[in-house]
Amino acid sequence: MLSYTVRRLGYMIVNLTLISIVCFYIINLPPGSFIETYSTQLDAAGSPASQAQLDYLTARYGLDQPLYVQYWNWIVPLVTQGDFGYSFEWQQPVWTLLADRLWLTIIFSIVSMVFVYAVSIPVALYSATHQYSFGDYSVNLLGVIGLAVPNFLLALLLLVGSAKFFGVTPTGLYSPQYMNAPWSWDKFVDLLIHLPVPVVVVGLAGTAATIRILRSQLLDEFQKQYVITARAKGVPERRLLMKYPFRVALNPIISTAGHLLPEIVSGSTIVAIVLGLPTIGPLLLRSIIAQDTYVAASSLMMLGVLTVVGVVMSDILLTILDPRVRMNRTN
Amino acid sequence: MTSITIDSESSAPQGGRVLSRSQIFWSKFYRHKLAVVSLGFILFLYAIVLIAEFVAPYDPFQRHTDHLLAPPTAITFFDADGDFHLRPFVHALKNELNRETFQREYMVDTSVRYKISLFVEGEPYNLFGFIPMDTHFFGVEGDGKIFLAGTDTLGRDLFSRMLFGARTSLFVGLFGLAIGFGLGLFFGGISGYFGGAVDNFVQRLTEFLQSLPTLPLWMALAALVPPHWTPIQVYFGISTILAVVGWTTLARVVRGKLLSLREEDYVMAAKVSGVSEAKIITNHLLPGFMSYLIVHLTLAVPQMILGEVALSFLGLGLRPPAVSLGTLLIDSQNIQTLVFSPWLLVPGGLIIIIVIAFSFLGDGLRDAADPYRS
Repeated sequence: MLSYTVRRLGYMIVNLTLISIVCFYIINLPPGSFIETYSTQLDAAGSPASQAQLDYLTARYGLDQPLYVQYWNWIVPLVTQGDFGYSFEWQQPVWTLLADRLWLTIIFSIVSMVFVYAVSIPVALYSATHQYSFGDYSVNLLGVIGLAVPNFLLALLLLVGSAKFFGVTPTGLYSPQYMNAPWSWDKFVDLLIHLPVPVVVVGLAGTAATIRILRSQLLDEFQKQYVITARAKGVPERRLLMKYPFRVALNPIISTAGHLLPEIVSGSTIVAIVLGLPTIGPLLLRSIIAQDTYVAASSLMMLGVLTVVGVVMSDILLTILDPRVRMNRTN
Repeated sequence: MTSITIDSESSAPQGGRVLSRSQIFWSKFYRHKLAVVSLGFILFLYAIVLIAEFVAPYDPFQRHTDHLLAPPTAITFFDADGDFHLRPFVHALKNELNRETFQREYMVDTSVRYKISLFVEGEPYNLFGFIPMDTHFFGVEGDGKIFLAGTDTLGRDLFSRMLFGARTSLFVGLFGLAIGFGLGLFFGGISGYFGGAVDNFVQRLTEFLQSLPTLPLWMALAALVPPHWTPIQVYFGISTILAVVGWTTLARVVRGKLLSLREEDYVMAAKVSGVSEAKIITNHLLPGFMSYLIVHLTLAVPQMILGEVALSFLGLGLRPPAVSLGTLLIDSQNIQTLVFSPWLLVPGGLIIIIVIAFSFLGDGLRDAADPYRS
C-alpha cells in the first residue's frame, strides 16, 4: 500500500514536470511574441515604440534567449519561490492574477463533482430498480440529451431564457458589490447563490455519463447468482440492494473519477467564458490571444496540475476502498 | 419457453441456413430502430451537404441588406381571408419602425403572397465545383424571400449558411478522424504488438494525454495556426489539432483488443495449423476487432465535431468568412442580440441532432458487433 502510494506520487511528479515542459513549449510555439503584438498595438495607437524600447523589453523578459533557457528561467523561481513570472499585458505578477481564479476553479470543480455524484447515484439506483418503467425511459432520454447538448450551448440557452423571462442575465460568480471586496461571510453566501447555474451546466454531461455507467453496472450485478441467493434467503429488497450490488457497482464510479475531473475542468473552461465566471478559463483564452506567454503557460499548467493531482487522489482512494485493487497493485 | 425451442431448432446443424458474419451483424443492427433511423439521417445529411449549393436557396455570403436579422419565414397554406391554397406560400416582410418603442420591427404583409416552387432559377453556382448550374431545389417566385431559419446580423440566410457550415463541420470531423485513426492504429498497434518497453512508453504517453483537460489543450494548440493561413489550411490545421489530442482512446482500444485476441484459442489453433502470420492478421485478427474500431470511430466523430464547434465559437478555430457550425454560433455570443433573435441558435440545434444521431448509430453498431448480446 505504502509502496504503491509512493510510486504513484513519483509518477505524478514526473507527469507534472512533463506538463510544465509541454505547456511552456506549446505556448511559445506560435510565431511572433508579445513584444511584436505590443509594438503593432502602439503603432495602431499612433505612437510607435522606438527600436531601443523594444530591444529593452526583449532583453528584460529574456525573449532573445533560446527556449530551454527561457523555460529554466521560468520554472526555477516557480518551484523555489512560487513566482509564476510577470504578465506582459497586465503589468502584474502572474500569481496575483492567478491566485483567486485558481481557488475558484478548484472550488467550482469540486462542487461540480459533488453535484454529479449527488444526482447520478440516486437517479441510477431508481432507474436500475425500475427498469423499462416510464421513469427509466425518461432518465435515459434525459441522459442522451445531456450527453449531446454542448455545455456552452446550454449556458447560452439559460442566459437567453432568464434574460427573456426574468430580465436578468446570470453571469459571474458574485454580485457587483462583492466583485472586488475582500473575502467575508456575505461574499461567501453570495458565491453560493451564484454557483448552482454554472454547476448544473458543467455537471450535466458528467451526470448523464455516470448514470449510464452505474445503471448498466447495477443491471449486470442484479443477474449475478449471489443476488438471487440472497433474495431466495429472504433478504429485504432494499437491504439487498444497498449491501451487495450497489457496493460493487460503485467501483467503476470511483475509478472513472479520473476521467470525470479532466472533463469537468475542460467543460468549465468554455462555460466560464460564456457565463463570465472569474475562473482560469477566460484568463487562459485572453492570454493565448494576446500571446501573454507566462500567464498562458501558467494557466494551462494549473489546469493540468489540477486534473493530474485529482486523478492521483482518486487512484489512491480506490486502492484504499477496494481490497481487490489493493492486492493487485501492491503485489 | 417457446423461444428456446425455436432457437435450438434454428441452430441445428443439419439443413439449417448458415448466416454469414455480416448477415448476423446487419440483422442485429436492423433490430435497433433508432440506430437505423440515425444511419439514414446521417447518410441523408452527408448527401445534402455535398450538394448544398443546389439545396440552399441562396448563396451563403449573399447579403439581403433590407432583411437584417429577419425572423424565420412562416410557410402557410391559408391566406389572410382564410382561403386554402394547394401550393404553400410565404408573405412579404416589411421592415417598419415601431412608433412606441422606436425599434425596427418586421411586420408580415399578408396582402402579398409569393408561391413556393421547386427547382427555381436563382444565383448561378458550380455544383461539385465544376458543373455550372442556376437551378435551386426550392425558392419563392418573384421578389419574395424565404428564410427557413431567419437571417443573421449581416442579412445572410441562416438556413443556407447552415448547410454549408454543416458541410465544413461534418468533414472536419471525418478528416480529423482519419488522422486520429492513423495515429491510434499506429501507437495502439506497436504497443500491442511489441509489448515490453514500447508498450510501457506508449501507455504512459496516452495516460499523460488523457489526464490533461482536452479543451484548454486544444485552445493552446489552436493558437499555433498562423493568422495568414488560407481557410483551407486552417481547416486542415484544426482537424490535425483535434486528432493529435483525440487519438488516445482509439490507441487503447486497438492495443487492448490486439493483446486479448493474440491469446485466443482460435489464433493459437491457426498458428499450430501452419497458417502464415499475414493470413492470421487479415483473416483472424482484423475481423475480430474491425467492428470495435468502427464503433469507436462512430462515437469519435461527434467529439471531433464538438471540438471544432467549441474552438470556432471561441474564435480560435475556423475564422469567418469560413462557414462552419461553430463560426455560425459566434453571432450568438452577444446575449442582447440573441434575446431579440433567438433563431441564431438554430445551428446549435442541428449540432445536437447530429451528435445524438452519431451516438445512437454507435450504440446500434456496438450491440450488433457484440457476439455475446442477443
